[in-house]
Amino acid sequence: MADKPALKTFVLKIYRGVTGNQYWEEFELERKPTYNITAALMDVQKSPINRKRERVTPVAWEQGCLEEVCGSCSMLINGRPRQGCTALIDQLLKATGTNTVTIAPFTKFPLIKDLVVDRTSMFESLKRIRAWVDADDSYDRGFGPKMSPKVQEALYVLSTCMTCGCCSEACPQTNARSKFIGPAAISQVRLFNSHPVGKVMAPERLHVLMEEGGVSDCGNAQNCAAVCPKEIPLTESIALMGRAVVKQALKDMVGLPDAE
Amino acid sequence: MSPGKKGKEVIVVGGGLAGLSAAMKLAERGCHVKIISVTKVKRSHSVCAQGGINAAMNLKNEDDSPYLHAYDTMKGGDFLADQPPVLEMCLAAPGIIRMMDRFGCPFNRTPEGNIDFRRFGGTLYHRTAFCSASTGQQLLYALDEQVRRYEVLGQVEKYENHEFMRLVIDEEGRARGIVVMDLFNLKLDVLKADAVIFGTGGPGLIFKKSTNSTFCTGASNGRLYMQGMRYANGEFIQIHPTAIPAEDKLRLISESVRGEGGRIWVYGDSSKSILAPDGRTIPCGVTGQPWYFLEEMYPLFGNLVPRDIGAREVLRVCELGLGIDGQMQVYLDVSHLPEHIQHKVESVLQIYRKFTGEDPKKVPMRIFPAVHYSMGGAWVDWPAADDPDRWERFRQMTNIPGCFNIGESEFQYHGANRLGANSLLSCIFGGLTAGNEIPRYLETLKESYGNLPSKMFSEAMAAEESLKHDLLSRSGKENVHKLHDELAYLMVQNVTVKRDNETLQKTLEEIKKIRERYRDIRLDDTGSILNQTYAFANQFGPMLELALVITKGALLRNEFRGAHYKPEFPTRDDEHWLKTTLATYDAKKDEPVISYVPVDTRHLKPSARDYTKAKKVVPHFENVPTNIQLPV
Repeated sequence: MADKPALKTFVLKIYRGVTGNQYWEEFELERKPTYNITAALMDVQKSPINRKRERVTPVAWEQGCLEEVCGSCSMLINGRPRQGCTALIDQLLKATGTNTVTIAPFTKFPLIKDLVVDRTSMFESLKRIRAWVDADDSYDRGFGPKMSPKVQEALYVLSTCMTCGCCSEACPQTNARSKFIGPAAISQVRLFNSHPVGKVMAPERLHVLMEEGGVSDCGNAQNCAAVCPKEIPLTESIALMGRAVVKQALKDMVGLPDAE
Repeated sequence: MSPGKKGKEVIVVGGGLAGLSAAMKLAERGCHVKIISVTKVKRSHSVCAQGGINAAMNLKNEDDSPYLHAYDTMKGGDFLADQPPVLEMCLAAPGIIRMMDRFGCPFNRTPEGNIDFRRFGGTLYHRTAFCSASTGQQLLYALDEQVRRYEVLGQVEKYENHEFMRLVIDEEGRARGIVVMDLFNLKLDVLKADAVIFGTGGPGLIFKKSTNSTFCTGASNGRLYMQGMRYANGEFIQIHPTAIPAEDKLRLISESVRGEGGRIWVYGDSSKSILAPDGRTIPCGVTGQPWYFLEEMYPLFGNLVPRDIGAREVLRVCELGLGIDGQMQVYLDVSHLPEHIQHKVESVLQIYRKFTGEDPKKVPMRIFPAVHYSMGGAWVDWPAADDPDRWERFRQMTNIPGCFNIGESEFQYHGANRLGANSLLSCIFGGLTAGNEIPRYLETLKESYGNLPSKMFSEAMAAEESLKHDLLSRSGKENVHKLHDELAYLMVQNVTVKRDNETLQKTLEEIKKIRERYRDIRLDDTGSILNQTYAFANQFGPMLELALVITKGALLRNEFRGAHYKPEFPTRDDEHWLKTTLATYDAKKDEPVISYVPVDTRHLKPSARDYTKAKKVVPHFENVPTNIQLPV
């Protein structure tokens, strides 16, 4: 009965389970207009019956805004890291010419269960690189620095990073044995070092990028920028920070703080 | 106290804009803060806020002022909001913008490099600062960054992927901590503190499909309500006029799209007619031509009428059969706008493109109203600046001493309808205010939790363990997700734009039946690793209680005010209903106990809420205290 899916259905093939016990499970679902991965997972949750007609435990996944602005529902969809909410079933089926959509958890982060991984390491990196503007306090002390629309626009684009993890997942340099801090954190260094007040701490941030796992670990595969859902110019950020690190190393030798 | 030392213990539940504002302020003031969040705080629902944040800074030379902002906010809320907190919020708004600017929030700029402002609904002034069309995301990130500094200093500790389950209350009735659950392994734990703040957002998931993130179940407030916290104005649910219909969520198309010149229309049909708000009966446009119905009916505000009005008019036009292809959809059009204007709302247009596959720069968007925001929420106190007992009471504190509430999860700033771009403002303002009030509250405590009998903690833990055991072992025949679908259907059909008493009474009974059946559920997952079915089943109980609060409040309020529209009672009735609804939980009764308190209108006399031809006014505020201290 499951061998010949009717035209109005498709197969959602999910790599699920926990570390040491991961397996593929298939669900046959009705095709609906505007159907996406998260809506499909909601239907699986409501009625967790697999293609063999077995009632199984519902599939766990992370979700939040469902409009690609929170970064929760990142996963591998047909092998590509992206958010489940913007992954429309019809488009996925059309792209592969098959009747199956494959989803799997990220592989570069510790697995919790099914499609959920623990991306805490990315937030730890934000601490290391001092990803903030050092404001004196939270009172009204007048405006921040004036800024041209051009600079604002550039900072805004860098600041749309949702820490979703797609860039690290796609990066060949990121794996269980490497300490590579990853494209997202390097691009955040660029963001805060470009801010008129944030740049006060630029040397400290660059020093972190000089350490093991820093910017020199990038192999320039450029996968990160290709998968970034917010189209952040990550490879450009890495190149710029690579140059800034070299410049900083020279300044460190001369021993005088930057007076710019 | 200098940063780096541990200070007095405070718990913040919720890591959105409100919770992070409070955590930042508390850490700065020397408290040690534990933030509890069901997700990484950076993923909180505040990221969904698109269009901007209001502050009357008059940078466009329009003679704008915080008083005009307060007037628009009170009028937009149909005069249901207590006025002192609204006035102070609007006075603080410019300072909040400047503070966020210093934190590096990338606001859009004018050519000279100043912060740019756009227009939003319910006002005639350009007073909305914005970061493209993902302002909430950018404000949240800026606060997330500031809080991370304090985390590195040891002043803030985060419990992410943890859920608040129960408040620990001491013998005097004061909040002294919470029971939390680790969502990764279902382990329960007690966290102790001398004050607890909740900024847990709205209850959109009661309606299932809304513009809210899936975190916004309302369960935290529901649990607090069941532990004795009063809930105010629950019946006031904002329906946003413009969202994209879809299977899993109704994605918002920001009001800023109309602020930048987007127009709502349907094809006209001159054989049909409609009653305009000025009392005339007018034809529904010209057959076959676009009919810009909001512009025709509200010449002054046009597409920027307040949301409750916009949503009702869209519904009315669709009910006349004028929706796109006869469906419940209308057009929202930006295709006529120049490229550089379209660019200012690019992030929203991108959402539309990604989810529909159509390019809104070329074809008009298809939109329909959706559940968006709860004006109601936890009742919180607000002693005004010149009240004689100002320093004996605590702003943002619920009726449970030591339990504070901020952001969308409390009731106080938006009355019967929230104006666009006021939510981000009220979140930050409420958070900063609570951050200032709590250190003062802590000073008044005779004992800290460490000196109190620890029985209250073990009892709270035991109660929660027993509830967990009960839920996991229920072996009935009901599926909690299907019950959720049934609840949402009832709520969306009967307790949104248009309400009538007969249906509301029936809905109340139907919700109670769902509550009965909820006892008879069986979970598809009874394991302990990341059991999302259990987590949701646990949330669903308190969600049902809030659904009753919303419905009963709507049933009893026999008038038309803001978002609460009841055709049987077609006018606002200040004589009987200029009052705040208070719902109290009583385990012995099968529905909420409702009472009322008068609205504080000390500054401005409620006037007619006219958006058809009212010109710019100069409101006269009375009894403004001379000793207002802003929290920023």
